[in-house]
Amino acid sequence: MAKNRISYLMSMPYMLLFCVFTLVPVCASIALSFTYYNLLESPRFVFMENYRRLFLQDDIFLTAGMNTFVFAAITGPVSYIACFVLAWAINDFHPKVRAFLTVVFYAPSISGAVYIIWQLIFSSDAYGIMNTLLMQLGITYDPILWLEDPRYVLSCVIVVAIWCSLGTSFLTFIAGLQGLDRSLFEAAAVDGMKNRFQELWYITLPSMRPQLMFGAVMQITAAFGVGDISANLAGNPSVDYSAHTVVNHITDYGNVRYEMGYACAIAVILLVVMVGTNKAVQNLLRKVGD
Amino acid sequence: MNLLSSRSKRVNRNTAGNITSFLLLSVLALFMAFPLVYVILNAFKPLSELFLYPPKFYVVNPTLDNFRDIVILMSQSYVPFTRYFFNTVFITAVGTFGHLIAASMCAFCLAKHDFPGRRIMFNAVVLALMFSPAVTSIPVYIIMARLGLVDTYLAVILPAFQFSLGLYLMKQFMETVPDAVLESARIDGAGEVRLWWKIVMPMVKPAWLTLILLTVQQLWNSTSPFTYSEELKTLPLALSQILAGGIARTGAGSAVAVLMMIIPLTAFILSQANVLETMSTSGMKD
Repeated sequence: MAKNRISYLMSMPYMLLFCVFTLVPVCASIALSFTYYNLLESPRFVFMENYRRLFLQDDIFLTAGMNTFVFAAITGPVSYIACFVLAWAINDFHPKVRAFLTVVFYAPSISGAVYIIWQLIFSSDAYGIMNTLLMQLGITYDPILWLEDPRYVLSCVIVVAIWCSLGTSFLTFIAGLQGLDRSLFEAAAVDGMKNRFQELWYITLPSMRPQLMFGAVMQITAAFGVGDISANLAGNPSVDYSAHTVVNHITDYGNVRYEMGYACAIAVILLVVMVGTNKAVQNLLRKVGD
Repeated sequence: MNLLSSRSKRVNRNTAGNITSFLLLSVLALFMAFPLVYVILNAFKPLSELFLYPPKFYVVNPTLDNFRDIVILMSQSYVPFTRYFFNTVFITAVGTFGHLIAASMCAFCLAKHDFPGRRIMFNAVVLALMFSPAVTSIPVYIIMARLGLVDTYLAVILPAFQFSLGLYLMKQFMETVPDAVLESARIDGAGEVRLWWKIVMPMVKPAWLTLILLTVQQLWNSTSPFTYSEELKTLPLALSQILAGGIARTGAGSAVAVLMMIIPLTAFILSQANVLETMSTSGMKD
């Protein structure tokens, strides 16, 4: 028992803060989602009213949900596959080239100035580099209002999100690939394995399962959590809610309208979708190579 | 030295394949690097080149005017520029240090001790990786308000202590420390705290460099919604006010972007080998 006490004592600082800023908030979110709460009066229990309103009355929530779904369905798989394929391709080169390419691909995700950069590129006047390019090539005659025209906003946000999505998972895959046992491949070559793609399918992917699972969690959570990119590039709310996401909707009700109970109901739905998708994909990846 | 192949000869690789793969990668690398390079070049363009039509990608007469503009704009602000800088450095330093200590101490117990509740604790942290902070933003704000943390440094620093990714990576890496090393130290009479600090921590240097890198990245660019006094604002918030000046600030804006990316990029370039070593243990076991 004395030995257990030191374990609890040493994990306490982290666990205490983890409870206060992560665990309790998740429980509180669920509890508050059944109430009407505006910060001034104490929460009033309304049971399913918030959820009923969300699905039956709030058209903008449905738009936000649809946008988030489209966004996640594109950026999630694309960024996940890009992380793996790039890591796999880079792994064949000399360590110096590998290190250089790693920095080039990883840099966008940590540069921190994403919005400033892309606002320059998607600038709506003729000085914007994207408009210049299209006008010089004769594809368009007038500058396109990339971030103001509802037809283009969501696509722009998706491009930017994919551009800066090669983060932690990418590094995990690079590291995992370097740790693979070389003798496996040599043995397989003796047994008649002919090219790098057979190697990838029969040896590399199955041995990378733990990394693939971790990478999936990172990419899925990021894909559904999109909000900042859209708010910073297109504004919150964006024109016609064309790039409005569920996270933007939470901010709108929580930080602008102070309808805390309603905002929590939105958050709970997002939580269920994120964790549910993560768990489902984990189960799928467990089957890789079996 | 053949740069297009890894150091030791590998099976199932041919030169044609390597060259094709290298060319494809180069094209993609150009696409990835283009926006960053463009903004860096822009930061050194004089006014006349910024508003040239058609715009040029490269710089003809590089100048530091845009960086000088930032200094001038900042010297007119209500709070001195150095204060924003101090805030960012202070939050980043304290947040990173606290996270490193709290997370590695907890990770040590989760990885190397066997006590009731250990699995539940770790599973809770893994679960936290599966949703983004936006989900909990409302209750976190209410809790901060109740604890009187709103508009203090602690509102940014304390949540940073419990980043779940850091604990996860640290715990996975600490599992690679051989139990025999710990046992022999225990026989020599070392206590658990001493064991963690004197034996395990020096052995997991790559992991704590990774934690430092990840936390610095987060905090350096953080724009916390929980502080609103001008005196507590961080560099990114102050710099975004420059951008609010609109089109006339295009040059200064690019210079701002360059200033913001220098720290995280340099940190990664310096720690790349260690970070990759940590990531090699990051996989999720069934």
